[in-house]
Amino acid sequence: MKKHLLIGLSAAALLAASPLASAHRMWIKPTTTVVSGENEWISFDGAIANGIFTPDHYPMPVDRLTATAPSGKTVQLQHQQRLKYRSVFDLELTEKGTYKVASASNTLMARWTDDNGERHMWPGRGKTGTLEEFKQQVPANADVAQTSRKIEVFVTAGAPSDSVLKNTGEGLEMVAHTHPNDAYTGEDITFGFTIDGEKAVGASVVVVKEGEKYRDNNDDMKLTTDEKGNITLNVDEPGMYWLEAEYEDNKAKAPASKRMGTYITTIEVLPL
Amino acid sequence: MTLKKIMFTGLGISFLGAFSTISSADEVKITLPQLNVAEYHAPYVAVWLADSRKKRVEDIAVWYDVDMKDDEGEKWLKDLRLWWRRSGRTLDMPVDGVSGATHRPGEHTIDLHNSLSAQPAGDYILYVEAARELGGREVLEIPVSLPVTTSLSQTVNGKNELESIELTLEPK
Repeated sequence: MKKHLLIGLSAAALLAASPLASAHRMWIKPTTTVVSGENEWISFDGAIANGIFTPDHYPMPVDRLTATAPSGKTVQLQHQQRLKYRSVFDLELTEKGTYKVASASNTLMARWTDDNGERHMWPGRGKTGTLEEFKQQVPANADVAQTSRKIEVFVTAGAPSDSVLKNTGEGLEMVAHTHPNDAYTGEDITFGFTIDGEKAVGASVVVVKEGEKYRDNNDDMKLTTDEKGNITLNVDEPGMYWLEAEYEDNKAKAPASKRMGTYITTIEVLPL
Repeated sequence: MTLKKIMFTGLGISFLGAFSTISSADEVKITLPQLNVAEYHAPYVAVWLADSRKKRVEDIAVWYDVDMKDDEGEKWLKDLRLWWRRSGRTLDMPVDGVSGATHRPGEHTIDLHNSLSAQPAGDYILYVEAARELGGREVLEIPVSLPVTTSLSQTVNGKNELESIELTLEPK
């Protein structure tokens, strides 16, 4: 039984990078990822929970999510509702192609102990600090990390398209060598990862299939990105898979001494 | 291409296979099963020709609810999931000469002459996929070598949503 370390934190805090966040897993689950026809709708669940796709702890703060259409237009999420353990929202797909629902943060984080032995954290949970504030508020002996966190999911009307897959070159990102809405059982599914636009070699990736609560044993797939920053999966069973990648190195730009990134998505693997 | 629909009834049909050599038609006969279910909806069916790498070469027929208002029948085309990935998702439905209404249980024959005679020599696969609302989904396939050099009649039986498909080809 995992500890409920996050109870009581603000919604924004839960989205921000925090070592405590690893105690729970954040997910957004589309009810389906591929639709046909005109003006179709897709419903989503989002939560921060112990269980993968089992909301048992805290609703996902949906106010920080942005949906992007294949044309690049920002789309309003609809029918957002924050329930006790999960949030729900709908997306109307009026264009053909792939939509993205995402949230990303990237901030300096600092920790230090002062002369009285008291521990400090900057900029505080859920906040994004500016460099000016950092210079004023953080002492030189602090342990400083550039910390990025991104969660994104993809859904497609008609044929998958690539416009929303374009990377920003900031933080830990996924490079979709396999289109996330074109993943099938028995076929290699290859994703790459980049940190600030460079290949993220040695990133830890965990993939968990839905239905975790019906299994006696944890059968998470644990992978490490190769020298190209890639992982390749090949799964037998169709279903929704939660994927989380984590990366850390010491190649940060000053004033940070290390950079850390977390990336989360949900992939529906379809049967043929 | 014309979509030829022939309803056969009674015993006569069972002789067609046996005497297929006298037929001059290139056709596929699709038999949809009579199902004893509380709520029956005629299945969506896709028929297409693929090359030996399973890449779609030509869509031959797609039977769906073409007449629903606001193209609502297109909502379920994705349930023909193999066809949807190989072809449907890139099409703008309806497609002239390919789209057609759903068919009830029984035998339905599609003329393949124009589809096959247009193809270069090589190995192909004829696919038939059916998906039914509140029901299941099934795909059957028959390999085809073109051009046809000897009379050929091949039947593949299904288990659930397709009773059988029978391909009849004549040398030209």
